[in-house]
Amino acid sequence: MSSQTARPAPTRGLALRLASLGIALVLVALFPLVITNALYVQFAVLTLIYVAAVSAWNLFSGYSGYISLGHAVFFGVGAYTVGLVTQHWHVLGGDIFALLPLGGLAAAAVAVPFGLIALRVRRHTFVVITIAIFFIFQLMAFNFNFTGGVNGVSTPFFLWLAGSYNTPFYYVAMIIAVGTILLSWLIRGSRFGLQLLAIRDDEDRARGLGVRPMQVKLTAFAISAGITGMIGGLWWFYIGQALPETAFNPVLDLSLALMAFLGGFGTLAGPVLGALLLEPLQQYVSIQSTNGYYGQIFLGALFLLVILFLPRGIVPVASERLTSWRARRERRGQPPTGRVTAAAPSAAVAPAAGRGVGPGTESGTPSAGSVR
Amino acid sequence: MGRQLSEAITDGILGGGVYALMAVGLTLIFGVLDIINIAQGILVVLAAYLSYVLSVHLHIDLFVGLLVTVPAMFVIGVAIHWAFIRPLRGRERTSMSLLASYAVAIIIEGLLYLFFGSNYENLRAWYVTSSVKVLGFYLNYIYIFGFALAIVLVLALYITLYRTQFGRSIRATMQDRTAARLVGIDVNRVAALTFGIGVAVTAAGGMVFGATGGGFNPNTGYDLISRLLAIIILGGLGSIAGAMVAAIFMITLEGVVDVLWSPSWSVVVFYAALVLVLAFRPRGLFGRTAARAQ
Repeated sequence: MSSQTARPAPTRGLALRLASLGIALVLVALFPLVITNALYVQFAVLTLIYVAAVSAWNLFSGYSGYISLGHAVFFGVGAYTVGLVTQHWHVLGGDIFALLPLGGLAAAAVAVPFGLIALRVRRHTFVVITIAIFFIFQLMAFNFNFTGGVNGVSTPFFLWLAGSYNTPFYYVAMIIAVGTILLSWLIRGSRFGLQLLAIRDDEDRARGLGVRPMQVKLTAFAISAGITGMIGGLWWFYIGQALPETAFNPVLDLSLALMAFLGGFGTLAGPVLGALLLEPLQQYVSIQSTNGYYGQIFLGALFLLVILFLPRGIVPVASERLTSWRARRERRGQPPTGRVTAAAPSAAVAPAAGRGVGPGTESGTPSAGSVR
Repeated sequence: MGRQLSEAITDGILGGGVYALMAVGLTLIFGVLDIINIAQGILVVLAAYLSYVLSVHLHIDLFVGLLVTVPAMFVIGVAIHWAFIRPLRGRERTSMSLLASYAVAIIIEGLLYLFFGSNYENLRAWYVTSSVKVLGFYLNYIYIFGFALAIVLVLALYITLYRTQFGRSIRATMQDRTAARLVGIDVNRVAALTFGIGVAVTAAGGMVFGATGGGFNPNTGYDLISRLLAIIILGGLGSIAGAMVAAIFMITLEGVVDVLWSPSWSVVVFYAALVLVLAFRPRGLFGRTAARAQ
């Protein structure tokens, strides 16, 4: 998102942007050193876990347009893999962090057959199949012997003090989150990322232009799944227990979609913003209300409000406003020649980045009906 | 084993009739509006609770209670469409409506928890507890009555769809929305009424489900919707005949696996059958060929 608007902007703007990103990173890194309240740090760890998870989700769903409501499968597979390997090899303490890539690998390995089946169908069928496959996995976690059934998998003892318990988790979550955002940014600008976006805008046309949709979608799906698996492993280590209904949790899928849509589906900064806004809010609501169902109703109502009144998300709308405001200010301040042409591409690119609305997609609807 | 098997098959066919009814509502909504109503599962549970309230507190017979619950569910369906589905516009409409109906589902689930708690309830009546001997084994009356009800309602739907002017406009909208609008069909009205009808059938489905299933609580909605989704995808999205065949097939398969293998795996086999079919035939058994792009 930011790279799109940065291109026509002068270098001073880019420097400013990089500086503010650097400051934000330093602030995030200093957070557990300044804030010593364990509860707040706990909120922050969970928020970072969600920032990473939603960025990973967006890397596939946001870029390709295939909305996955089955990412809890990868989360759960990662959690169970790390948990079971820890138990089996008797790994202790901080060494467990080294097992996280294993959880990611397991999740990516699951994603390949999952994707080979689910990605063959149309977009809305894909959503439904991800839900179905999710239920298969939850049931398997309940039914197999090696998963511990309803008792799940618990962590062994810890080796560090309760006072600074959160700190290592915080930094590992931060590294994964920053890494995922960086990867999303790199992919967005790459040839691979452009192919993904082309698939989102018009899959048949992309195929006609030489993109191999299955290969591209499956690669993105596996990358996204791998990261989600690592996060699942980290979550298991942090919470200390994985149960079939918490590791394979349908609310996780819904939360990820909600965060991405609130911030801006398919943008880079939007999902991060969505997670930063929603996860602390959800934690707060769940602590304030004695009854968990109020939190659930609240989540659903918020989701409906976002879909109805802010369907494109905060970031695309805000950046469009900013662009048009800048263009207007520059037109007033200076002679229009030159400046307008500089502002025009950014105005044209910004909506395309947010929604990908093109003339071809509108004309596609009636012809789709007649083909049937 | 042989008798258990034939019992499982009979139960599957009779129980599948109710699922067919609920699945037809879901696939009808998909066919006309191009959206998947994730809330269908929890609406079935809501309807079961409505029947429960009517029978326990007002002592109205379950089948007589349908005279109240069917119109009530119809109104709820039209209201959901009006408030949350109709306003959605633009390219991501299908995905958005799916998420919107998911959000509606979790709100209804939360409300049901607040009102009724998480205890499992059962619908009770004389025909639920007493049984009749058929072909050497006992069968509860509710299975027979429920199956008969399902047949009557599916027939009514069939007649509405294929023998009335309104049904013709529904089918026209399913085939081509733009062309239907061009020949003067009020597509929005058709969409609203179809959504209402699709939800109204859950009233009957919920009543029979609440009386025959192993009890229901607000969480049962997830189980129901995942089964219904599997059924309509297997049958081919938008295909009414496909939904009915797939419902009977899947519920029977589940019952057979239940007897031959283990109850805890029967649900997994249910979804595995779906995945297997889709691996070879992505559009389902009776599905139309995929249209361009979406």
